Amino acid sequence: MSDWKSEALRRIAADPAAIRELFPVVRRRCGAGAAADVRAELLAALPATALAEEVAGLYRYGDPAEKRAVLAALSALPVGDAGLPLVREALRTNDTTLVAAALGPYALARLDPAAYRQAVLKCVFMGIPLAEIGTVRVDGELRGMLRSFADERSAAGRPVPADVVTILAGEA
Amino acid sequence: MRIFDPHVHMSSRTTDDYQAMYDAGVRAVVEPAFWQGQPRTSVGSFVDYFDSLLGWEPFRAAQFGIRHHCTIALNPKEANDPRCADVLEVLPRYLVKDGVVAVGEVGYDSMTPEEDEAFAAQLALAVEFELPVLVHTPHRDKAEGTKRTLDVVRESGIAPELVVVDHLNELTVGMVADSGCWMGFSIYPDTKMDEARMVVLLREHGTARMLVNSAADWGRSDPLKTVKTGRAMLDAGFTADDVDRVLWRNPVEFYGRSGRLELSDVDIDPTAGFQGSSVRRGQG
Ligand SMILES: [Zn+2]
Repeated sequence: MSDWKSEALRRIAADPAAIRELFPVVRRRCGAGAAADVRAELLAALPATALAEEVAGLYRYGDPAEKRAVLAALSALPVGDAGLPLVREALRTNDTTLVAAALGPYALARLDPAAYRQAVLKCVFMGIPLAEIGTVRVDGELRGMLRSFADERSAAGRPVPADVVTILAGEA
Repeated sequence: MRIFDPHVHMSSRTTDDYQAMYDAGVRAVVEPAFWQGQPRTSVGSFVDYFDSLLGWEPFRAAQFGIRHHCTIALNPKEANDPRCADVLEVLPRYLVKDGVVAVGEVGYDSMTPEEDEAFAAQLALAVEFELPVLVHTPHRDKAEGTKRTLDVVRESGIAPELVVVDHLNELTVGMVADSGCWMGFSIYPDTKMDEARMVVLLREHGTARMLVNSAADWGRSDPLKTVKTGRAMLDAGFTADDVDRVLWRNPVEFYGRSGRLELSDVDIDPTAGFQGSSVRRGQG
């Protein structure tokens, strides 16, 4: 198993395009439990010259597990703003696992404030617990948006998610 | 009755279908890549479609307690459009995915030289990626098309037990049985094949290497035809074990040869309800 991984890392260092056939099979080679970590290691092994192109390709052709692995790795990779189109694409999906993965530390650091607020609101809207996201930045404007959301829910006689209640309670 | 539909185009079906399928005992499906009624004119359309077969559709299926796998290929109809032929070059990126359990649907539509080329190239890919193959047989000139299909399969060198030849009828089942390939039957609301005729074929040819599917898609079709065939088998005197073999164990055995079938978390207790029965629409 780890033999497979060391051989994969060696191949990627020698020929970055090798990651195209290695990245998708990680789960079958290393097991479901280790897959996310191993995929992060494979991405980290990409040389800087090939990084942006391969990361974009792995996302473009990836299944949801691969896409989540790319999104989760962005903050640890020296990609600059090159990962932002992937984050924006993931945020447009209706797959809760992709939306949650897109809103990690990379989005927190690099997404423009308006898009970031919309993304957090979308999570709440989709029923993704904010605890799954990790650190969430709530400024005055986002708090106002969450308050409107809570008001709309209450008016419809529907429950307001607990994490939104907590955020809004902190505002007083 | 636990049911595995080995050929159904869920992308064209509604959430009501998913619910009805779950309620009837369907717990696993394979969605083959095929034509969508409206012709595609670029490789990008295929890439988005494959993405959906690997992502959005399994996500939708999971919310109804149904496990979704897919097969990937350039279908024979669109193999005739030179703007689509380059799809063959992106297939290797997809044929290694966890959710891909076969190459398909490949085969013939109008038996053109372009179809010959795409069919042979994709049989070679199946050998290279060690995957089973789902072969579509033409709706017109079916007997001749099936004969030619079996010749091409033989020439490719792929093991016949890794191949299912689909959409068979009384006139084509015999030659496929003799070839050692698996026999696929699509049960439709009209014409091609129905439950009663299927039962007769099962009586004549036995239950080994037999796959029964609904092939439900965007046309007039019925995603519960698997279940209805199971009931027709019971009414005709087949045992519950025979039904289980045809509607569950056979597809598991066939697609299991990919080594990628993931059914460990499937709840096969037909009495258990499933809670996630509304697809999240992202509209609160
Ligand atoms: Zn089909």
